[in-house]
Amino acid sequence: MMALNRLVSSSSSSSAALLRPLSALSRSLSAAAAADAPITVETSVPFVGHNCEPPSRSVSTTPAELLSFFRDMAQMRRMEIAADSLYKSKLIRGFCHLYDGQEAVAVGMESAITKKDCIITAYRDHCIFLGRGGTLVEAFSELMGRRAGCSKGKGGSMHFYKKDGGFYGGHGIVGAQVPLGCGLAFGQKYVKDGTVTFAMYGDGAANQGQLFEALNMAALWDLPAILVCENNHYGMGTAEWRAAKSPAYYKRGDYVPGLKVDGMDALAVKQACKFAKEYALQNGPLILEMDTYRYHGHSMSDPGSTYRTRDEISGVRQERDPIERMRKLILSHDVATEKELKFCSREQELHWSCVLWLFSHDIEKEVRKEVDEAVAEAKESPMPDPSELFTDVYVKGYGVEVFGADRKEVRGVLP
Amino acid sequence: MTNLLWRFRGLALRGLCTSSAAAAVEESKKSKAAVNLFSAINQALHIALESDPRTYVFGEDVSFGGVFRCTTGLADRFGKHRVFNTPLCEQGLVGFGIGLAAMGNRAIVEIQFADYIYPAFDQIVNEAAKFRYRSGSQFNCGGLTIRAPYGAVGHGGHYHSQSPEAFFCHVPGLKVVIPRSPREAKGLLLACIRDPNPTVFFEPKWLYRLAVEEVPEHDYVLPLSQAEVIRQGTDITLIAWGAQLAVMEQACVEAEKDGISCELIDLKTLIPWDKETVEASVRKTGKLLVSHEAPITGGFGAEICASIAESCFLRLEAPVARVCGLDTPFPLVYEPFYMPTKNKILDTIKATVNY
Repeated sequence: MMALNRLVSSSSSSSAALLRPLSALSRSLSAAAAADAPITVETSVPFVGHNCEPPSRSVSTTPAELLSFFRDMAQMRRMEIAADSLYKSKLIRGFCHLYDGQEAVAVGMESAITKKDCIITAYRDHCIFLGRGGTLVEAFSELMGRRAGCSKGKGGSMHFYKKDGGFYGGHGIVGAQVPLGCGLAFGQKYVKDGTVTFAMYGDGAANQGQLFEALNMAALWDLPAILVCENNHYGMGTAEWRAAKSPAYYKRGDYVPGLKVDGMDALAVKQACKFAKEYALQNGPLILEMDTYRYHGHSMSDPGSTYRTRDEISGVRQERDPIERMRKLILSHDVATEKELKFCSREQELHWSCVLWLFSHDIEKEVRKEVDEAVAEAKESPMPDPSELFTDVYVKGYGVEVFGADRKEVRGVLP
Repeated sequence: MTNLLWRFRGLALRGLCTSSAAAAVEESKKSKAAVNLFSAINQALHIALESDPRTYVFGEDVSFGGVFRCTTGLADRFGKHRVFNTPLCEQGLVGFGIGLAAMGNRAIVEIQFADYIYPAFDQIVNEAAKFRYRSGSQFNCGGLTIRAPYGAVGHGGHYHSQSPEAFFCHVPGLKVVIPRSPREAKGLLLACIRDPNPTVFFEPKWLYRLAVEEVPEHDYVLPLSQAEVIRQGTDITLIAWGAQLAVMEQACVEAEKDGISCELIDLKTLIPWDKETVEASVRKTGKLLVSHEAPITGGFGAEICASIAESCFLRLEAPVARVCGLDTPFPLVYEPFYMPTKNKILDTIKATVNY
């Protein structure tokens, strides 16, 4: 219960705060009523800084951006739900870690940076991959170990990569990706192209020694590295306060500044990442602690209900869900009236209220259809060729000998 | 023999879980129940904690039972000060265990998967294994036992399937032990916990639920560094450990249909290994086949083959054979291609016997 109170309380103040941005939104919409009209929304809760001046709570956005946030998060959510059922029908085997609940981190971060910036993360990587421009078909194919997967079906759930999107992947060992991220950042600093690396890890990984090794190197050499702690409050089945003496992860860097962010608010994430990128390019590393939550268990073998209460999960869903927050932000105002809706037609320039109407009625249905189609397409993708077992181990094959059940006849040296 | 129930991939296997007949008779007077491998481990941990108040069990998520349920009920029974969760920090928690053991305690560390043992590699290789030697016996961490589930599980992919035993077999000062069945697991784990040397105990995760066998409920230990001939034969000697023995057993049964008599040996302790038992068998059969899931190159099978080629050269009637994992990362798909399966073994048995 302690944990429940703490998790939900951070948002009880935010439901009141939500009203303010909504009124701001509706005013702006009434005035401009265009998809790209700038509006200002206040974040749910203030940022908390450690050795740095936190950015403003007022986030500049547009109706179109809010809409895209909603759409992207709905798509991610739907993808993870579909992955859950594919797993249960044994089309996905082995290890599978779902991201539902944490979507605001992926979309908010993506909106503040470019594809030339790098992202590296751990095994809960499906939605980061989508955010980096990966497709649903690639994602589902990889999950099922098919040829059309983003890693040719050789990686599976934990190992999504997308080189052209600056996504250095999903890594299997807790915390191991963070030093890699600092190496990426050094490479970026060296070529002076004004890009940064976001190295993501969880609150569980925050206790790994190599994290502090990476932090020291990043600070010592002023690397443009942003260490993003996605604090979903449970390292596998252990609550953060049972595993961490100081669960204030944004302060863990000591000499490295940090910022605590409501990771359930995509706009707050966007603001923080924008701030972090500018900061890191000027001053070196920064820690962003994203206060977030995963609805699923740690992995598919974890029901996720033995170490936390169902009330806690439903409380977070009701009070802090990132998609619902976005829905409220867009819908709960008086702009989209029937009167305005009737001006909407295909020939006309897309009026914002029309977008709203489409949004409220069709987006979730459309996303569901996209996901279903992607699943169907991925199921059609063939398994990798058996010889793929021996490729990608070294640059060139090294002459591994294999043999079948009949040692004499089926025997060869594979590429 | 009849009290041994074996289920492996739907096949009932018997004979794999033999112990010496005399011991079996003696133990039959005491109570025993059919339990699976994780329950046998759990029994051993209960006994260890109960029989020595200076015993501690810790690791990631162990206080609520661990991901494989091996530590179920321990925290409730013995308290959170003796059975506790650690943060996710393998290097730190093994180092902590070494220190705890150096104070004369028995530290039983769980690494959640053997694939996660690498962050702790330095602590195990440089700190634990050499503590006694480098301090001239002033200090040691003999009370340290590191438990880690290893091996394939059908769909584990790259980081939940590896068999890293050979890395640790290269380290004098450590003992490496791998059980093949519930009854063996209980006796060998208790032996490791009580052994005055740091031990690494790899548990075959595929067998946690699949292997069911009658396990004596009382406290018993099985000797370390003592291999066991679990199937007598005259034509070829087969060596394996852990889950691979079940596969080997199937191959023996198939080979027998073709009139080939296989002698199957469970090595149990990889270092220091029981060379005498293996040599005696090879002197009898003149042929040797070693099988393990880890990649063939640099696997522990290589050491066995080299030793036997050296000591039994004049008795060997065919080249020593190895059927092992392929030299690739452990694959996500096509795991069966990678694995040293029954047919690969059977094929190699025939090739060796008919050499």
